[in-house]
Amino acid sequence: MSRLRIIRAFFLLICVVLLATGCSSVDPWVKPYERDRLADPIMSFDRDPVSNGYINHVYEAREGARGASGSSGGGCGCN
Amino acid sequence: MLRAVPGVVVAATRRQPGLLALLLLLAAGAQAGVLPEDRADALYHYYDGGGVQIDGPSLLMRKQVGQQFSVFGNYYVDTISSASIDVVTTASAYDEERTEYSVGFDYLRADTIMSFSYGNSDEDDYQADTFNFGIAQEVFSGLTTISLGYGKGSDTVRSNVDSSFEEDADKQSYRLGISQIITRNMLASVNYEVITDEGFLNNPYRSVRYLDPASGTGFSFQPEVYPNTRTSNAVAVRGRYFLPYRAAVHGGYRFFTDDWDIDAHTAEVGYTQPVGAWNLDVGYRFYTQTSAEFYSDLFPYEDAQNFLARDKELSSFDSHSLRLGVSYDFLQDGYQFLEKGSVKLFYDRIYFNYDDFRDIRGGGIPGEEPLYDFEADVVQFLFSFWF
Repeated sequence: MSRLRIIRAFFLLICVVLLATGCSSVDPWVKPYERDRLADPIMSFDRDPVSNGYINHVYEAREGARGASGSSGGGCGCN
Repeated sequence: MLRAVPGVVVAATRRQPGLLALLLLLAAGAQAGVLPEDRADALYHYYDGGGVQIDGPSLLMRKQVGQQFSVFGNYYVDTISSASIDVVTTASAYDEERTEYSVGFDYLRADTIMSFSYGNSDEDDYQADTFNFGIAQEVFSGLTTISLGYGKGSDTVRSNVDSSFEEDADKQSYRLGISQIITRNMLASVNYEVITDEGFLNNPYRSVRYLDPASGTGFSFQPEVYPNTRTSNAVAVRGRYFLPYRAAVHGGYRFFTDDWDIDAHTAEVGYTQPVGAWNLDVGYRFYTQTSAEFYSDLFPYEDAQNFLARDKELSSFDSHSLRLGVSYDFLQDGYQFLEKGSVKLFYDRIYFNYDDFRDIRGGGIPGEEPLYDFEADVVQFLFSFWF
């Protein structure tokens, strides 16, 4: 139960930080017109979601570890 | 119109601590967001390792509807032929099929993206329903994207050898992600996820072995018994760097720990090199974990403890993976309603080495059989169109 409280408090803290910062403008140290390289498809964390989802499933079904893959996952990993 | 004021959020959450209220309030203060690209993917996947062959298609269609919605549907099939070491030592080989459907949508409001999805996985002895909700928002003039997610799964476990057997297993996950522009050449992300399970978490077919002098082999089997709860924490850091001659390197590390005493480390690096319309990918992944506290390859006697496991996924082991990928982009100038297309081939070779799971197929003195290891080949062939 205490673990759930910690998780809720953590999420609440993040939300408050977001709201406190989301309305203020920050002068970005990388300007929008300087982000062309970052927008290149080879820089994407999830270039092919179908392929990434599949290979994550291959590993999760054979390893004890799980989660924090950056995608929502789902389905059964029992095979 | 609902406005985002920190004091209001705190007051509201004291009365109602539900995450949904938080997330909906959060949505009111959002900044820039972009819906995912419209695309169609057809993947053929093939796995062969440890006596198990699995293959099948995965089809994805994603399309923007209006200015604010993007909808998607995914159809996935695993056709399984299993003669794994677990199966051949304690049961008999089998064939089966798992089918998974998932649908969902993303909603762009002001500058925040909210995502909902539902998935159903079905095989003759296992059904799973999963709901996911997520929200992502850019802050600091687009330098930072923060995402939150919640998922809930409801599984039903059955047995093909006992028609009266039916148990439930529920799963909840809480996700937090931050992606950050570090420099004009570098991106980084941090993801944290808590997953809790409750219900029947073991496999109704799997057995553990224990020393039994009365047996001809020196050991016998009994059904495994797992705790009915599990909570895990995982945190991952990833980065990508754009090289001056248009190539990219990436790396990542994940730490995992759970209340079954499994600790795991995952590290990976990779390199992407475009050559004209071609893309070449190479990568390496290392994984290592400790065993669950109730795991043993050979228990000293029957019912040696209240929880018993001999699932090699819960044992102490490490794995190494090598990846090669090649892709070719075509229709780069578009054709009618198509913007572009690509065809990709990925090959992963995975080496699994177990520290305390023994290969008992060849007999020998119980507890002194050779340690088990195997290699797996994973092939993906992917056609994609953007429109």
